[in-house]
Amino acid sequence: MKSPVTPGFALEKSGEETVLRLTGDWTVATLQTVEAAFGTTRLPDGAGIDVSALGKLDTAGAFLIDRLLRASNAYPPRLIGDHASAASLIEQVHAAADPCEPPPPRPHGFVDMLERIGRGTVAVFTEVTATLAFLGETMFTIARLIVQPWKLRWTSIVAVMEEAGLNAMPIVAFLTFFVGMVVAYIGATTLRDFDLEIFTVELIGYSMLREFGVVLTGIVLAGRTNSSFTAQIGTMKMRQEIDAMQTLGLKPMDVIVAPRVIAMVVMTPILSFVATLAGIAGGIMVGWTSLDINPGLFIERMRASVPLDQFWIGMSKAPVFGLVVALIACRQGLLTGGSVQSLGHRTTTSVVQAIFAIIVIDALFAIFYMELGI
Amino acid sequence: MTAEPIIRIRDLKVAYGSSVILEHLNLDIPKGEVIGVIGPSGCGKSVLLRAITGLKPPESGVVEVFGLRLDTLAPDDRTAAERRWGIMFQDGALFSNLTVRENVMVPLKEHTQLSPALIHDLADMKIRLSGLAASAGDKYPSDLSGGMRKRAALARALALDPELLFLDEPTAGLDPITAAGFDTLVRALQRALGLTVFLVTHDVDTLHATCDRIVVLGEKHVLAMGTIPELRQVDHPWIQEYFSGPRGRAAAPPDEQRT
Repeated sequence: MKSPVTPGFALEKSGEETVLRLTGDWTVATLQTVEAAFGTTRLPDGAGIDVSALGKLDTAGAFLIDRLLRASNAYPPRLIGDHASAASLIEQVHAAADPCEPPPPRPHGFVDMLERIGRGTVAVFTEVTATLAFLGETMFTIARLIVQPWKLRWTSIVAVMEEAGLNAMPIVAFLTFFVGMVVAYIGATTLRDFDLEIFTVELIGYSMLREFGVVLTGIVLAGRTNSSFTAQIGTMKMRQEIDAMQTLGLKPMDVIVAPRVIAMVVMTPILSFVATLAGIAGGIMVGWTSLDINPGLFIERMRASVPLDQFWIGMSKAPVFGLVVALIACRQGLLTGGSVQSLGHRTTTSVVQAIFAIIVIDALFAIFYMELGI
Repeated sequence: MTAEPIIRIRDLKVAYGSSVILEHLNLDIPKGEVIGVIGPSGCGKSVLLRAITGLKPPESGVVEVFGLRLDTLAPDDRTAAERRWGIMFQDGALFSNLTVRENVMVPLKEHTQLSPALIHDLADMKIRLSGLAASAGDKYPSDLSGGMRKRAALARALALDPELLFLDEPTAGLDPITAAGFDTLVRALQRALGLTVFLVTHDVDTLHATCDRIVVLGEKHVLAMGTIPELRQVDHPWIQEYFSGPRGRAAAPPDEQRT
């Protein structure tokens, strides 16, 4: 390909007549050199445009020429000389380039800020109400399915149990094991000052059984399972699979939401149980290696001084966390719109809401059990 | 066909794993023509397009576009060659997080040094040139109908005024009137800009309305290439069925129907 010739232009006066002489290639790749100067040029009345020395012309070049013609009220132009495509290109671009109205300026300022705060506040309430409504709908669906168990989709329930439950077990166990070690170390160093290292056992027992086992499981599930549910369902929604399902007489609530919710409600307690055991194992490990509490003594002391209630308190929270994670994931997934951005936004919202909900619900449980005096 | 062809393919072989899609394929696309590519579903029309544009590296064979072998070019030269063509994908493939105008502005911003204001105005012009209302520029692709998305994709493909335009089923899924409008548009743009258009299609009407020459793909290579009257003379069951079947006959202009 020949290298492009720099475009140029000149207004030439010869007696009465004024001619705009265009030279070089006027293409999208070369226009930057003349853009600014050409934009301020105006054609006097009756001036012609000489295109005989014009090289290549494309729609971008034609657009610039057309803009000049519009600004000078000189359309249609009087072209002088021959050019293969100038006349037809300018005509075509002119037809497509009617100036459009500028968009209304976006409001910025104090009132706008107040408005956004207001909208944000209302959005929080509507979001809570909508999530609760979704909870109700899900509960109703599950109740209906329990009455008609042959309508339950066992294959997908078991598949979700494996994917979101069994496959999450290693990470959950590892995580709580290390948290157990950390708690034991912190407890041991603090309690050593009072010569009460043995109370590390109670520290581990209460914290793991009652809080860490189940809360850490909930948070791992919120990050791992929740995001994958939202992304799956959101993609199905984007590709109109959900619409297809509905037209085939399948209810998304039955097919997508119920199996996930049921699987999570069943699997979260099991995961929490494993997590609790792993956390205690972490504590035992630290006790054994650096506090000289041997595992037998550790377990014996734990049985004697940590009541079984603590275990049941922890376990009672697990199905609730599982339910919350699955609910939020499914709801956000189903809310996904048509764009990639919306999918990303929904996945983020889903994880944030799930973690937030788990911590708030855990606090509510703490108040509840404290009032009960356990 | 005297001039140097804009696309030259020699002995191309494209395969996905063990399934060979195209083999021993030779093709010359002359400059400045609208070439329609037809063939039965699954015969590799879109794969050929991907092979030419370098999206799917071929197993063997030579593909030259603008007289350059893309696979041996340095990255910079390759980018330079790539900006000389525009591609419109089957589903539009617009960036869904950008508005239509921003979609059209992407190649302009990336490959030219024009001022932002001019790029903005040029994008508006391209959007209208491809037959959309200017107000569509502020919409997101997910807010558009299928036909509007195709037009927006065409606007993006035309953004840099390419010499070579690839269209993958531009009229599929459009109503006949919109499709006819699209055909006229492609033809008008092609004439005004001297484009070469590589048009993959199923639409017999589009072939009649826009194409100078038609390439028939099948049995993993080019079965025939020529104008519609020429192809009618080709003795191949699929080609005969294609042009003489009920839909092929209905689409033919009256002077050809007598033959």
